[in-house]
Amino acid sequence: MSSEIDNKYVISKLGDEYYGIPINNVISIEKMGTTTRVPNAPKYVTGVTNLRGEVVPIINLRKKLDMEEHEADKNSRIVIVNVDNIVAGLTVDSSSEVLEIHKDNIDKPPSNENNQFVEYVSGIGKTSDKLIILLNLRKILEY
Amino acid sequence: MMDLDFNQYIDLFVEETKEHLQIMNEALLELEKDITNRSLIDEIFRVAHTLKGMAGTMGFNNISNLTHEMENVLQEIRNNTIKLNEDIIDIIFECFDVLEYSVNFIAVNGEEEEDSYDNLINRLRSITKKEQVQLTVNDGIIPNNKEETSLNQYAINAMKEAEKKGFSSYKITINLNPKCVLKSARAFIIFNTLESMGDIIYSNPPVEDIEDEKFDLEFTIILISKVNKEELKRKLESIAEIDNINISNINYRDLSGEQKNIEFQESKKLKELDEYVINIIEEAKEKGLNSYKITISLSSQCMLKSARAFIIFNTLESMGDIIYSNPPVEDIEDENFDLSFVVILISKVDGYKLKEALEGIAEVEKVDITLIEDVKKAIGKEGTSTKMNVQHKSSPSNMKDNKTNIVNREKKIGKTVRVDIDRLDNLMNLVSELIIIKTRMDDLSESSNRENMVEAIEYLERITTSLHDAVMKVRMVPIERVFNRFPRMVRDLSKELNKQINLQMLGEETEVDRTVIDEIGDPLIHIIRNSIDHGIEMPEERTRLGKPEEGKLILKAYPDGNNVVIEVIDDGRGIDPVKVKDKAIQKEIITEQEGDMLSEDEIVALLFTPGFSTSDKVSDLSGRGVGLDVVKSKIESINGSVEIETNINIGTKFIIRIPLTLAIIQALLVRLGNEIYAIPLSSITEITDIKKEDIRDIQGQEIMLYRGKTIPVVKLNKLLNIDFNEDVDEYVVVVVRKGEKQAGLLVDSLIGQQEIVIKPLGKYLSKIKYLSGATILGNGSISLILDVNSLI
Repeated sequence: MSSEIDNKYVISKLGDEYYGIPINNVISIEKMGTTTRVPNAPKYVTGVTNLRGEVVPIINLRKKLDMEEHEADKNSRIVIVNVDNIVAGLTVDSSSEVLEIHKDNIDKPPSNENNQFVEYVSGIGKTSDKLIILLNLRKILEY
Repeated sequence: MMDLDFNQYIDLFVEETKEHLQIMNEALLELEKDITNRSLIDEIFRVAHTLKGMAGTMGFNNISNLTHEMENVLQEIRNNTIKLNEDIIDIIFECFDVLEYSVNFIAVNGEEEEDSYDNLINRLRSITKKEQVQLTVNDGIIPNNKEETSLNQYAINAMKEAEKKGFSSYKITINLNPKCVLKSARAFIIFNTLESMGDIIYSNPPVEDIEDEKFDLEFTIILISKVNKEELKRKLESIAEIDNINISNINYRDLSGEQKNIEFQESKKLKELDEYVINIIEEAKEKGLNSYKITISLSSQCMLKSARAFIIFNTLESMGDIIYSNPPVEDIEDENFDLSFVVILISKVDGYKLKEALEGIAEVEKVDITLIEDVKKAIGKEGTSTKMNVQHKSSPSNMKDNKTNIVNREKKIGKTVRVDIDRLDNLMNLVSELIIIKTRMDDLSESSNRENMVEAIEYLERITTSLHDAVMKVRMVPIERVFNRFPRMVRDLSKELNKQINLQMLGEETEVDRTVIDEIGDPLIHIIRNSIDHGIEMPEERTRLGKPEEGKLILKAYPDGNNVVIEVIDDGRGIDPVKVKDKAIQKEIITEQEGDMLSEDEIVALLFTPGFSTSDKVSDLSGRGVGLDVVKSKIESINGSVEIETNINIGTKFIIRIPLTLAIIQALLVRLGNEIYAIPLSSITEITDIKKEDIRDIQGQEIMLYRGKTIPVVKLNKLLNIDFNEDVDEYVVVVVRKGEKQAGLLVDSLIGQQEIVIKPLGKYLSKIKYLSGATILGNGSISLILDVNSLI
């Protein structure tokens, strides 16, 4: 039972790529709401939002991963995650499915590339029809 | 089910025990000052006794054993058999520490520690023993006869009193002549003669029996008298028909000692009833079998005691099961016993038949059979503790569950608040009013009468405000809870450092929020240690400086608006700014030029920078470099502030300011650009307007004149990256303060005062500057709370 959950990922899309977040870390997936800007916060922090009475910081995943901006639309979602008791929301272009990726089907992230992007990746998951970039949440929520 | 209950009781036990320990602590500290105060000894005794009982019922045998020994020692002190001295107080203090530690251990682990505190128990025992040995040596030993052990407490007390008043106690054994015809009449004459010389406080056989001639030829009495032994003897010898008179001095101490011993042995005997036995008894009871405690005395003429015992055992075994024997069976086999032994038999046979069967055996002198109806009762107090254990043992699976439950206990325990029932009643009333207004609004929504609606909302507002107040009050605890650990700490420190310190605590009744209480303890300990270690001088140095030998340490708490102020004041050597400056330069915290520019206050404030420690030598207590910076960050983490006021050779004053509560505050909402920020009202001193030209720029620092003082101007827009409207010629200034320091915050406009609920920004944003939290506004959007402390 637990091993099955360990292998499940919430799949989100940023641009043309698919990204996977371990389902164990995901609290919920929310629609975009109003955020309050936090002065002096890093650029990729959109602000804080009121999630049912709790104040949750929102991280723009595109900015964090150094990707070009994308206007929020009706498909945009916030994936609320909890890593080591840090709760934050990650904005994604869309999020629709949960996939099971077995450990055997996960490759190590490419190490030859010398860009920052790689450090946010914990592995590349292979499914029948697409490659999924698995995110290293711990690194993403570090600053 | 049992787990749940047990856990629940542990919480209660821990809470109550802590309270009792606190009482003990206070009494001990007082006692140390006034060693002769009997009521304090009584108080400590009472606490030890209560703890023993409580620990006993919970099955915490180690605590209960330790408190039992404490009780013994204290009892002796109360009886004046032991003189209280500093060593004894020290040992009791140690016991207190151990008890406190084990209670905390229980709070965390849900079970008692393995350690049975043998060391302490032995030391306690040695107190009682030592004193007794001394006394017996001093007063000469008197052989103890059996009957003396049955001397009741009354007789002992009477002798004690007598001794105080200078009377002597004599034990007189009189043998009448066998030819004596009217023994009781003769005895009557003897009694009369003795009563004329003193008081008879004891007689064996009892006086009634003597009157009824129910005695052989010999009787023993104890007489309290001023007359000396020879005189007594002479008087008695003048009475006819007396064969022999034996008079000896008697000392109650030997008697009371003897009694103690016997009680002790008795209790030990009972304790020896191990869980196994109790288990079986309980089981037997469930099956409808009876358990009997049988005491059998053999005739003194019995030659082959063990053989006789063997027959008795056989007889008993034929009727049931022997589950316990004292002395143990092996000893009985080896003839290692006196004339009597005790067994516990489980049997269906009833008591009379048993007795009959046993009495039919030759050479059995006396059989005493009691039905054990309740194990608890049978083994007395000790038993209750064992009984708890039994319950555990009988459900090992439960125990395991218990342990897993306990893993998470740590967080749960200690977060309780004891609430005055009046406050809860008040809360209850407000909630019922809330329900009333709800129904009223339901009605209103149908009629939609605007005027009534406004009225109803006003009513609602009043209730919520009172409700908030009431809830706050429920969360409030007197700061005493933090303070009460300090007297002991100061005592220990002053002993350790050979300094004399008089600790004064003021305003302990000041109330603060429960969450604040938890945070404020450590910083205060640190500051107090600092004051004692670095501040207050050695007695010799103090005399040299013309100060009283005894250093003064004042701990003061008082409410100040929405804050509580705690001051730690010592009359020690103070802090030397020159020394601090040198040290700061040496530690490269500041450069020499910077040092020259700083004011004395600013230099002293350097003490709060990380890695600063001025003590030349590192002592055991403080000065390990982990210093005031930790204090400062801890206090600031709860939105408080700390300042130092110091005068060389006069003393130092630490002023800590902490908010009354952390959860809900009054705040001023201000607009900056199109964003809304909240400023805690508690840090605002005034709101005023200022003309653009009144803001002066001095070396890059903008300042303004406020009530004759120049204070720095903070342009919030700049700090918070918001467009600043330069076009206006008048700004709204919110003057805020942090302790004695003030600053003017420029804002675009004011929105108003509001009660806000503080929400943490969360771990992720905890390092963001100038913000202390967030709050959710009426429309659901978030407004950030400005951290005034970091703005000044």
